[in-house]
Amino acid sequence: MSEGPITSGHDPRFTPTLYAHVGRPNSWTLDYYLGHGGYETARAVLTGKQPEEVVEEVKKSGLRGRGGAGFPTGVKWSFMPSDGQQHYLIANADESEPASFKDRYIMEDDPHQLIEGMILGGFAIRATKGYVYIRGEYKKAYDRLTAAIREAYERGYLGKNLFGSGFDFDLYVHRGAGAYICGEETALMNSLEGLRANPRMKPPFPAQSGLYGKPTTINNIESLASVVHILQRGADWFAQMGTDRSKGMKLFQVSGPARRPGVYELPLGTPFRELIYDWAGGPTEPIKAFIPGGSSTPLLPFTDEYLDLPMDYESLVAAGSALGTGGVILIPESVCIVDAMWNLIRFYGHESCGKCTPCREGVSGWLPQLFEKFERGRATQEDLKTMEDLLDQIEGRSFCPLADAAVWPIRGALRHFRDEFLHHIEHGTCAVKSGPRWR
Amino acid sequence: MGFFDDKQEWLAEVFAQYPEDRRRSALMPLLRRVQQDEGYVDFERMKEIAELVGTTATEVAGVMSFYSYYQGLPTGKYHIQVCRTLSCKLAGADELWHTLTERLGILPGEVTPDGRFSLQAVECLGSCHTGPVIQVGDEPYVERVTKARLEALLEGLMQDKPLDEVRKTLPDEDKMGKATIELDGEGGAS
Repeated sequence: MSEGPITSGHDPRFTPTLYAHVGRPNSWTLDYYLGHGGYETARAVLTGKQPEEVVEEVKKSGLRGRGGAGFPTGVKWSFMPSDGQQHYLIANADESEPASFKDRYIMEDDPHQLIEGMILGGFAIRATKGYVYIRGEYKKAYDRLTAAIREAYERGYLGKNLFGSGFDFDLYVHRGAGAYICGEETALMNSLEGLRANPRMKPPFPAQSGLYGKPTTINNIESLASVVHILQRGADWFAQMGTDRSKGMKLFQVSGPARRPGVYELPLGTPFRELIYDWAGGPTEPIKAFIPGGSSTPLLPFTDEYLDLPMDYESLVAAGSALGTGGVILIPESVCIVDAMWNLIRFYGHESCGKCTPCREGVSGWLPQLFEKFERGRATQEDLKTMEDLLDQIEGRSFCPLADAAVWPIRGALRHFRDEFLHHIEHGTCAVKSGPRWR
Repeated sequence: MGFFDDKQEWLAEVFAQYPEDRRRSALMPLLRRVQQDEGYVDFERMKEIAELVGTTATEVAGVMSFYSYYQGLPTGKYHIQVCRTLSCKLAGADELWHTLTERLGILPGEVTPDGRFSLQAVECLGSCHTGPVIQVGDEPYVERVTKARLEALLEGLMQDKPLDEVRKTLPDEDKMGKATIELDGEGGAS
């Protein structure tokens, strides 16, 4: 980001907070953080507020979970019982949905922001222990985060009796080892317990029986970081940004052939056009489609109608897709949609945990096989019908959302780019001629 | 001698992260340590881990096979993991992968005769804006692996220079590891 004030053309009231320090020299150190007001919010809240007040404030802000599902964070917190048991707060840093890489830089460049968010979250749900479940591949983020936790312990920002409030908070980091399913909260808890990461049945929900059978809340990294600013500046400040039902700022990501691919902090409701053209610098080659919110969200045609859509939860659902993690992928005209979808279905097939039959047989088995037939020029109309039947039989029939996540992008492709599938059936080849893409 | 015999202090630190009666939670960190130090996890090590965390070697094998990081067969000194998911594919990951298999003369599961390299295609590494992306072992990513950067990377590793040293020799390394990437001289449809 360049120097000077950053505002959104869509909403000039907005100033960045989550990424305000990302990219600055030494931004990951405790001294830097303290020099920019760090831990002052935690001090004020722990010494001046009750946990219920914190939950109410976050509810009032309208913050919705930034991991993809968009469930209100304050409401999730309010499900935690008042029972004197050990409670746990888990920060979900498994960030594995293709197109998503926003949480990574919070941990790499501003890890104390996450730690402060976890102290506040832990206080709100009466959890004295927290875990950050970080995907194993994020080595730099792991190194920076563990160094930050060490510093925080040394100077009394973690551990016993924080700020003299009587509240204790211990924080640990658990590394994953390469499995997308661990982003699903019950699978994550099994992974933390040293089990295979199959999702658990709900109910019981984590707030009733979570990690080690204790009341647990799992929040996304961006959600926890947002809490720091909500409690610092007030729920009203947060709620004035965004739209009626999608409030506050959000980290959006752009990948694929754009001039400045990366992460951009913008208010919810900003149009795709502003993100893609004003911030990411526009495409570097002709584009025909874009994935709006991470690989599981149905792709949309790259036309004025869809580029003018506001990036909020409701508008995307109305357009037949979803906001998800806010990760946009631009798909060039010269890339075959069938080939692109085969890539994604192979991803989901590889990542299926194998627990549920529709997902194991459908997502890991039948769908990739059918796509291979299309790619090899051996698909028939009958195969297309089989594929559509399969989508119906897979969707909504598995334990966790992974199977649905595999179905949705294909549905989007069939809705908007059916002709490319038909071209494979009629001509045995892609509708477009792909050239080399490696520079 | 067992793998963990001389690592008691480290073990104690790992177990201290979890409740006393939940030693099994240490299963993944223990697997990771063996993978890091030995390049793979054989059945003897699974038995040692099982004993330490209070389960069976079969259970350990079951957990191990769930994740892509742990390997059951020996890997090279530099285990090169190439992301192949959509954004990296759009940046040329298929061609990068093909080039690597040709240049090194190996496929997944194999090690080059000099013991240096092994290869694995992996799913999305969460660096979609800087594709194509490679991870060597447990090191921070090598991002935006252009042809020129791959050449410099392989050359450095062939000389067994530490990856952090090799990084400094890669073209445009100063632009990597950032939340946004400026593509100098790559504007337009060229």
